[in-house]
Amino acid sequence: MVNYVWLFMIVFGIIVAGAKGDIEVVTRAALDGADSAVKISISLIAIITFWLGIMKLAEKAGLVRALAWLVRPVMTFLFPSVPRDHPAMGAIVMNLSANILGLGNAATPMGLIAMRELQKLNHGRDSASEAMCTFLALNTSCVTLIPTTVIGIRVLYGSADPTEIVGPTIIATAFSMAVAIAVDRLLRMLYAGGRRQA
Amino acid sequence: MFEVISELSRWAIPVLLLVVPLVAFLRGIKVYETFVDGAEAGFATAVKTIPYLVAMIVAISIFRASGAMDVLVATLSPFLNAVGLPAEVLPHAVMRPLSGGAALGIAADIIKTHGPDSFLGRLVSTMQGSCDTTFYVLTLYFGSVGIKKYRYSIISGLMADLTTLAASVFVVRSLF
Repeated sequence: MVNYVWLFMIVFGIIVAGAKGDIEVVTRAALDGADSAVKISISLIAIITFWLGIMKLAEKAGLVRALAWLVRPVMTFLFPSVPRDHPAMGAIVMNLSANILGLGNAATPMGLIAMRELQKLNHGRDSASEAMCTFLALNTSCVTLIPTTVIGIRVLYGSADPTEIVGPTIIATAFSMAVAIAVDRLLRMLYAGGRRQA
Repeated sequence: MFEVISELSRWAIPVLLLVVPLVAFLRGIKVYETFVDGAEAGFATAVKTIPYLVAMIVAISIFRASGAMDVLVATLSPFLNAVGLPAEVLPHAVMRPLSGGAALGIAADIIKTHGPDSFLGRLVSTMQGSCDTTFYVLTLYFGSVGIKKYRYSIISGLMADLTTLAASVFVVRSLF
C-alpha cells in the first residue's frame, strides 16, 4: 500500500509538472523536502534523548508498570498480543495521555519508546505487528482536547468565541477513534488469515 | 472544563519530572546513571528516522509543489460535494493527513477569508483540530524501529481521517 501511495505521489507529480511546463519545480521540491525531513529528525534528537532518560527511570522505579496496571482492562482488550505487564503498555498510555493533553514534545518521544518496546515483541522484523497497527490507529485518531494552534488562529481573525470548536472537535475525534478501533479489528482479522500472530 | 484541561497540561510535565526521579531515588535506584543509560539510545533513534522521513516528505513535497494535489482536489470535488462536503475545505481535507504545516496554512486562509465564526470557518477549525498528520506519524513511528512494511495501517489511518471529515461536517451542521 505504502509503495503505491509513494510512487503515485512522485509519478503523478512529475507528470503534472511536465504538462504545465513547470518541470524545474520537481527538483526544487525534492531537495526542499529532503532538507526539511532531515531537520525534523535532527530536531527530535534532543527531546527523544531527554524522554528516553526519564522513561528509563520511570521503568526502573516501577512507575510504567504501575501505570499499565491501572488501565489493564482497556489495554488487554485493545492489545491482546502484548503481555499484560509489558513496558510497552505503559509507554502507549503515556503517549496517548500526552497526545490528549496536547504535549507534543512529550508525545512523540513516548510514542517512539512504545514502538521500541513493541518492536522487541516483534523480534525485530521489518513488517508491522498487529499491536503496532492498533497503536498507530489509536495514535493518529486520538488527538488533543484543546487544539491551541487553531484557537490561536481564530483569536487572530477576531472570533466572537474562539474556543467554541472544542466541543465539536472532541465529538469528531470520538467518532474517528471508534472507527479506527473497529477498522483495525476488522483488518487484523482479514490479514490474519494464515499469517503470523504478533 | 476548559481551564481544568489547560492547567493539567501546564502541570503534567513538571509533576512528572518531580515524581519520576524522586520515586526512583526512594527505591534505591542510581538516578543519574540510569537516566544517562536510557538516554544513550536517543541519538540513534532520531537518526534512524532520516531515510524514512526523507522518502515520504520528498514525495509529498513533489506532489504539492507540482500542482498534482490541485488536480486531485479538482477531480474529487464533485463527488465530495454530492455527499455534503463544501468544495472550499477539500484542499484542507486532502492535505491534512500529508502535511500538518501545509494544512494549517490552508485552514488559516479559510478562517481569514470566510471569518472564524462562519460555517466554513468553524468546519475547518474542527477538521484541523480533530485530525492528525497520519502519513507523518506512520513514517516517523515505523521508521524509528526500522519497519518497512506498514501492512494495513495506512488503510485504518485514512479511514479514521475520512470519518473525522464526515463527523466534522455533521457535528458542525447540527451544533451551530
